[in-house]
Amino acid sequence: MSEKVLMKGNEALGEAAIQAGCRHFFGYPITPQTELSAYLSKKMPKVGGTFLQAESEIAAINMVLGAAGSGVRAMTSSSSPGISLKSEGVSYIAGSDVPAVIINVQRGGPGLGSIQPSQADYWQATKALGHGDFQLLVFAPSTVQEMADFVALAFDTAEKYRMPAMILSDGMLGQMMEPVVFPDATEVHEGDKSWAASGHRNKRKHNVVNSLYIEAKDLEEKVKERYERYEIVKANEQRSESYLCDDADIIIVAFGASSRVSRSAVNAARAKGIKAGLFRPITLWPYPVDALDKTVATAKKYLVVEMNMGQMVDDVKLAVNGRKPVEFFGRTGGIIPTPAEVLAQIEALV
Amino acid sequence: MAVVFEKPHALADIPFHYCPGCTHGIVHRLVAEAIDELGVEGNAVGIASVGCSVFSYNYFNCDMIQAPHGRAQAVATGVKRAHPENIVFTYQGDGDLAAIGTCETVHAATRGENITVIFINNAIYGMTGGQMAPTSLPGQITQTTPYGRDVKTAGYPIRMCEMLSTLDGVALAQRVTVDNVKHVNEAKKAIKKAFQNQIDGLGYSIIEVVSTCPTNWGLSPKAAVEWLENNMLPYYPLGVYKDKTAEGGTK
Amino acid sequence: MADTMNVLLAGFGGQGILFTGKVMVYGALTEGKELSWLPSYGPEMRGGTCNCSVVISDEAIGSPLVTNPDVLIAMNRPSLEKFMGSVVPGGTILVDSSTVDIKVERTDVTVYYVPATNLADKNGLKGLANIILLGKLFKEKQFISRESLDKGLAKCIPAKKAEMLEFNKKALEIGMEQ
Repeated sequence: MSEKVLMKGNEALGEAAIQAGCRHFFGYPITPQTELSAYLSKKMPKVGGTFLQAESEIAAINMVLGAAGSGVRAMTSSSSPGISLKSEGVSYIAGSDVPAVIINVQRGGPGLGSIQPSQADYWQATKALGHGDFQLLVFAPSTVQEMADFVALAFDTAEKYRMPAMILSDGMLGQMMEPVVFPDATEVHEGDKSWAASGHRNKRKHNVVNSLYIEAKDLEEKVKERYERYEIVKANEQRSESYLCDDADIIIVAFGASSRVSRSAVNAARAKGIKAGLFRPITLWPYPVDALDKTVATAKKYLVVEMNMGQMVDDVKLAVNGRKPVEFFGRTGGIIPTPAEVLAQIEALV
Repeated sequence: MAVVFEKPHALADIPFHYCPGCTHGIVHRLVAEAIDELGVEGNAVGIASVGCSVFSYNYFNCDMIQAPHGRAQAVATGVKRAHPENIVFTYQGDGDLAAIGTCETVHAATRGENITVIFINNAIYGMTGGQMAPTSLPGQITQTTPYGRDVKTAGYPIRMCEMLSTLDGVALAQRVTVDNVKHVNEAKKAIKKAFQNQIDGLGYSIIEVVSTCPTNWGLSPKAAVEWLENNMLPYYPLGVYKDKTAEGGTK
Repeated sequence: MADTMNVLLAGFGGQGILFTGKVMVYGALTEGKELSWLPSYGPEMRGGTCNCSVVISDEAIGSPLVTNPDVLIAMNRPSLEKFMGSVVPGGTILVDSSTVDIKVERTDVTVYYVPATNLADKNGLKGLANIILLGKLFKEKQFISRESLDKGLAKCIPAKKAEMLEFNKKALEIGMEQ
């Protein structure tokens, strides 16, 4: 009965959030994620939810800390410069073991950069979205459908492991319209919330949501406990898609918007008789090293295509570990590479 | 035997880490008494801020969240929006509320966020060792104003209650102190009212407590109280700056 | 039609560039085709040039950004100048000849000059030059059925402006007559 509807990626994120049971959204305007806030400002009041335009990105992420820390599904969204502002809050959220979802509809950087699509926040998202030892789950959609599908997945996974999750999108996916199908009812797997600061109702000891451990050994113990959890995440949550990789001589590795361009280039290469394939990481953390590792036996070469100056290429090199050459092609500043450009790179390498 | 004095239930049975003569202890108790008397401990969620009072999450028996520096009122907003039935309060110092968190403070206030804010103004950064605060007085010697606060380079102190009283979202803005029994009793009434306002859904209530920091002021507890009376109170006059519940409007 | 049609629509903001693209993709949606619609966004939205990439295909769409269109619809001179060189050989260019005073110099593409803005004004359809051009594109390419195109149009006109549907249909007819 679910029908295909046309939606912008940003709107799909908003609708999916509502369907995933998120009733608390805190945002701040920034291009190119504006349609998400606009959509939720319209819809949230109709489902009894909260849409709040905060005074800053910093305030918005801390409102998420408060709402999620008190046990509800809460989300915020921004684009690159705004995500930098949120990094403090994300660190506290991670340090307090609070599950929450953060959307980054990436644009060019550094600084004010451009407002065109970019993937230059890969390092920020996967290595260091804030100070201290921590990780967040990072999901990289490549279609409007995945924009929708990954919201509930992000909430469920975040709650399962009590950690923040990011959907790392970009201006192209946010602004484009594509058909999308929403399930009749989104299955929601809500995690345990017995830790939340929601008021003890005189029924239990008081809960404290906190990231401060003044004794160094207490902090080390806490961080190590968290990293043990990360190992479970790494074992269970890697996601990727392989397209024509089985017999491929050259495998393109690309995520999000650049994976779509690369898929077109792979098809064009195949039409020319070149055995090309596409490996598309869906989770950027945990990085899908296991699936990538399986391709090393047959692939002769890798070409990493990104909309930045070369960030994910490091993770590919770590996974391939010198066994096969890993090359890089990127455009940056807000430019989307064309399939023809990628095809030319493939042709130059085989 | 009749019990004449006991610890409020909302206050945990843990020794405070605060310095001798610091007024945090008194204010913690007043907050806990208000929670007890209004019977809201089970619904209360407190937001601890960064500074000496960060450990308040250990001292109150209600649920607590520890916020990043300056962000307590944004965190409180998130909790209150998620659980409107809860009683949400922040406990913040002057550096937290009036410097790094001024933006969050002003906007929570102007939104009329239905929360209770306890603001400790002791004119100095305590936790980090006595640097100039936004509320340090002109001429006040601190670690970062070793020649006294020069208003020509370091600017003037900020009077939060006066400033916030101009905002429509504010239900109550009142400055109190705890230097003597009379003032402690007044402070108690004010804090309780700030919680009652939230129960009544009136909006944002802030109680500024002019406080001492004997350690970083370099004074004995007694001399610190005298310094407060002679220097701080003239600059930060006690009183009600806005009260939506008062007849005839606000002061 | 070919398996995939890459269309670039370009003009000034306010000429209905994005709307035209939406009519096309909503029409294609009713036929269960793969499609994508990607607007240019940013400062150029505010009064400057505006363009929109539309891809309609029988298979999954790779890049939704059209850099080498099969079809270019140009509604102003800067757009034609900027994009006419990028059209694939054998491709099609539709030009609103009432607003564009230059000709396409290429010989490897098919060019249709339609005085769309003048036709719209003359027929009391001010502001519907875009739909007249869409009508012409439909006549030449038949990329979806007429029924689907009408459905797409109906879908894009908000209920509040229902009276506009008839005007749009008329504009479509005029375009098809060119």
